[in-house]
Amino acid sequence: MLAERDDVTLLAGGTDAMVEINDGHRRPQGPVVAVNRIPDLRSWRHDRAAGTLTIGACVTYTELMDPAIATLVPALAEASRTVGSPQIRNAGTLGGNLGTCSPAGDGLPVLAALDATVTLASRSGTRTMPVTEFMVGVKRTAIEPGELITEVTLPVVDGWQGYAKVGVRNAMVIAIASTCVVFDRAAQTVRVALGSVGPTILRCPDAEAHLASHVDWNTMSAAADDLDRFGTLVSDASRPITDHRSSAEYRRHAVGVLARRLAQRAATPAGPPGAPA
Amino acid sequence: MSEAEIYRLHVNGERRDVTDSWVGESLLDVLRDRLGLVGAKGACEQGECGSCSVIVDDELVCSCLVMAASAVGQRIVTVEGIAAPGTPSDVQQAFVDAGAVQCGFCTPGLIMAVHDLLDRTPAPTDTEIREELAGNVCRCTGYGRIIDAVQRVAVARTERAS
Repeated sequence: MLAERDDVTLLAGGTDAMVEINDGHRRPQGPVVAVNRIPDLRSWRHDRAAGTLTIGACVTYTELMDPAIATLVPALAEASRTVGSPQIRNAGTLGGNLGTCSPAGDGLPVLAALDATVTLASRSGTRTMPVTEFMVGVKRTAIEPGELITEVTLPVVDGWQGYAKVGVRNAMVIAIASTCVVFDRAAQTVRVALGSVGPTILRCPDAEAHLASHVDWNTMSAAADDLDRFGTLVSDASRPITDHRSSAEYRRHAVGVLARRLAQRAATPAGPPGAPA
Repeated sequence: MSEAEIYRLHVNGERRDVTDSWVGESLLDVLRDRLGLVGAKGACEQGECGSCSVIVDDELVCSCLVMAASAVGQRIVTVEGIAAPGTPSDVQQAFVDAGAVQCGFCTPGLIMAVHDLLDRTPAPTDTEIREELAGNVCRCTGYGRIIDAVQRVAVARTERAS
């Protein structure tokens, strides 16, 4: 049907699409296909040999917070816990987060920091691309007509990882600025991705290289000066705008603070996976 | 494609035919305007306030964010179906006893959220209650008496079980 018609609306959790429909900003012109109960899209698998986790597009945030997944990708569980309310997390999906591709999507910095890949299916087959290529701009993706997001594959990384965001309260907020930091002990690399401070999720190559070369890989700790420099380089990598939620200056400052705080937390991990960031 | 969609929903243990809905109409609007179940309340219609909370296939969701036609074949429970008609559930009675109801607009959504919370976490801490009810906005009570009501139910259920 997707291949034959250009008026099909795909519906996953509905937490973005229904807001637009309720507002009258969008009205389905043709068939609506609800994909959120397709078993293949609701499942996930851990490939131990490959060291990867593959998550179906319609796995919900509530499911991502389950210890079975949270122990493999703690940062994704932390990010999921910051999404909306229990009601939203029971409905909203990782594939929907990608499909909407808001710069503030909470799952997206985690996927970018982990170098996740996105698999798209169409009648002519499937294709897989890095998530950083999939996310093109503000609510713009590389998805082509006739394609469906089917799954996301991420590496299971040995090393600390975390996600944090700034908003006006602890619950139910859209991120003003967000950051994911991943320490990959095996590769001795640090990966940093930022949300809400650019047209889409941004990586920070200079900050990543700086911290990777200054961190003690046994303890995951770094000197205060190096952490300060890391935070500054992260702020420098941001490209924020001023809007009704925050000023560009505040966002630039906030991502640096978040990144420094997360990097510091790597050396002093506290609480179980999925604990409050 | 015709404007009017005809489908059948499973609400509070009954099969209900929906004959005059439009494509894309929310479950909240279908419950209230097509099926006459006005317990779930509509306020923000964007998932922020929780006053439209219902349970679909054992999961608490905002009915304003569920496309009604996509819920065909799922078990929907609204506040009207949470207890036998005319008899309050233990959570509803505790809200009355604790003074957790003021204007009452948020109450049906909170009742659904509290039933869901206590089914999953029978003995929650106050912090857990606050986090789990973060999606249900009440502008009257200040939440203190709501938390009190939740704890009364948790204690009563534990005592009954022992």
